[in-house]
Amino acid sequence: MNNNLLNYVLQISDNAMILGHRLSEWCGHGPILEQDIALTNIALDLIGQARSLYQYAATVDGQGKTEDDLAYLRIETKYKNVLLVEQPNGHFGSTIVRQFLFDAYHYAFYKALVNSADETLSAIAEKSLKEVTYHLRFSSEWMIRLGDGTEESHQKMQDALNSLWAFTGELFEMSDADTSALEAGYGVDLSSVKSFWDEKISEILKMATLEKPEEAWMQSGGKQGRHTEHLGYILTEMQYMQRTYPGQEW
Amino acid sequence: MADIKSLEEKFQSIVDAETKIEPKDWMPEAYRKTLIRQISQHAHSEIVGMLPEGNWINRAPTLRRKVGLLAKVQDEAGHGLYLYSACETLGIERDELFDQLHSGKAKYSSIFNYPTTSWADIGAIGWLVDGAAIMNQVMLCRTSYGPYARAMVRICKEESFHQRQGYEILLTLSKGSEEQRAMLQDAVNRWWWPSLMMFGPTGKESTHSAQSMKWKIKRKTNDELRQQFVDISIGQAEILGVTLPDPDLKYNEETGHYDFGEIDWEEFWNVVKGNGPCNKERLAARVKASEEGQWVRDAAMAYAEKQAKRKSEASKVA
Repeated sequence: MNNNLLNYVLQISDNAMILGHRLSEWCGHGPILEQDIALTNIALDLIGQARSLYQYAATVDGQGKTEDDLAYLRIETKYKNVLLVEQPNGHFGSTIVRQFLFDAYHYAFYKALVNSADETLSAIAEKSLKEVTYHLRFSSEWMIRLGDGTEESHQKMQDALNSLWAFTGELFEMSDADTSALEAGYGVDLSSVKSFWDEKISEILKMATLEKPEEAWMQSGGKQGRHTEHLGYILTEMQYMQRTYPGQEW
Repeated sequence: MADIKSLEEKFQSIVDAETKIEPKDWMPEAYRKTLIRQISQHAHSEIVGMLPEGNWINRAPTLRRKVGLLAKVQDEAGHGLYLYSACETLGIERDELFDQLHSGKAKYSSIFNYPTTSWADIGAIGWLVDGAAIMNQVMLCRTSYGPYARAMVRICKEESFHQRQGYEILLTLSKGSEEQRAMLQDAVNRWWWPSLMMFGPTGKESTHSAQSMKWKIKRKTNDELRQQFVDISIGQAEILGVTLPDPDLKYNEETGHYDFGEIDWEEFWNVVKGNGPCNKERLAARVKASEEGQWVRDAAMAYAEKQAKRKSEASKVA
């Protein structure tokens, strides 16, 4: 078993899984029927990506586990997603801000991962990139629309941006898994992802008439399994059936 | 008045000739009203119906099931969209239809006022609730109003897929542990009767039936459809190894159909009137989504107006 590769794959899949789960909480509660459908589309894409990645992780792990074992039977400290994706949905605008901040990262990340020396990761990245291209367009458009909409929407977006900003630093921190992946040729250099991200964020915030928050202290820990209080509740709900009825077919 | 009468006669002859009525055709005001009531009620049912099933998206037991359920609930939002659009061809706006839902003036299918308390309910809804809906919807693919009939063709295809997906959930439970089989039986016990109620009151109490049949909006009575559903469900229940909760269920050699017990109409009317276990919650959830989304809709509108203004100013300069 290649432990670095396993951790690397889990880092990518946990991000997709947890954000997909968060977005799926919107299903049936969206502000506009068309947007309810759009958020669910993104959730479906992300959970689909997580499945491909978990299936690959199970192969790398080589101990006969399934995608479901990895999603449903790991505790908080084993989850490696960044803190940003586990933040609560809040209102629609705050979901959009979270999505946009992550999509801009996700897009550049997959774009680079297409060149991975690992064929499976490269193939998953290529497929996912098409999906994430749409996600980024969707969230950018809504950033602009709500940022440059009414006074009320502008304020709500600025507030959401200010409060989620502290979770963006972690996106570009190189964990041990990131560093060894990069050295081995199958990983992504997050500093190059950061330059795309910086540019994209500035471009869209300008169009949205929003202010980029000042640089301040950044939260981190997700990649090492140190999470906010929110992840425990997500897993409690998500893992309920598998924990209550262990080892059954569904 | 003679004019109206001849228009009505002409209208009826078009309907009788099985030609579809289209949005720009002349139609009796009561036909239009009946359709708006029925199509919007159907659209609202799709939207409110997202809630009881959405209740299990976060807790779906496997990733495959989670994706399946999420896609299914999303399909329902899509059905709502086609139906609201079909309804708008009759000269009413979606916003007004939402207001009618939120104020309680418009109804939606009472079945969604029952709670989903276990994972098996997701299977039971697919099998029984979607199954009962399909009986009605297959008939509506031939309804006399063109946009409604065409929306139904598309919806029916997806609904049959949902029904198979639900049945497959139950089939898996039926082959599972004792706990899973108990979960399955409990869900069937709770959903069977409300599913029979979905077809609406029996002949003598169904107020809209006769006229709707004449206009070919409906082609079968509530009772005929209900009987068809009961007949088809028996064999499916046997395969699942579940008991349908009706001691009077018995094959009748003479009619060639299954006889079934008396429906609790008191419960039916109470749920219709708002006294079901989840009426208040379901409506409150829709009202909340609408109220909390107001600023988003306002902002989208304001932005669109700004953009239009910018464009027209830019073209003036050019």
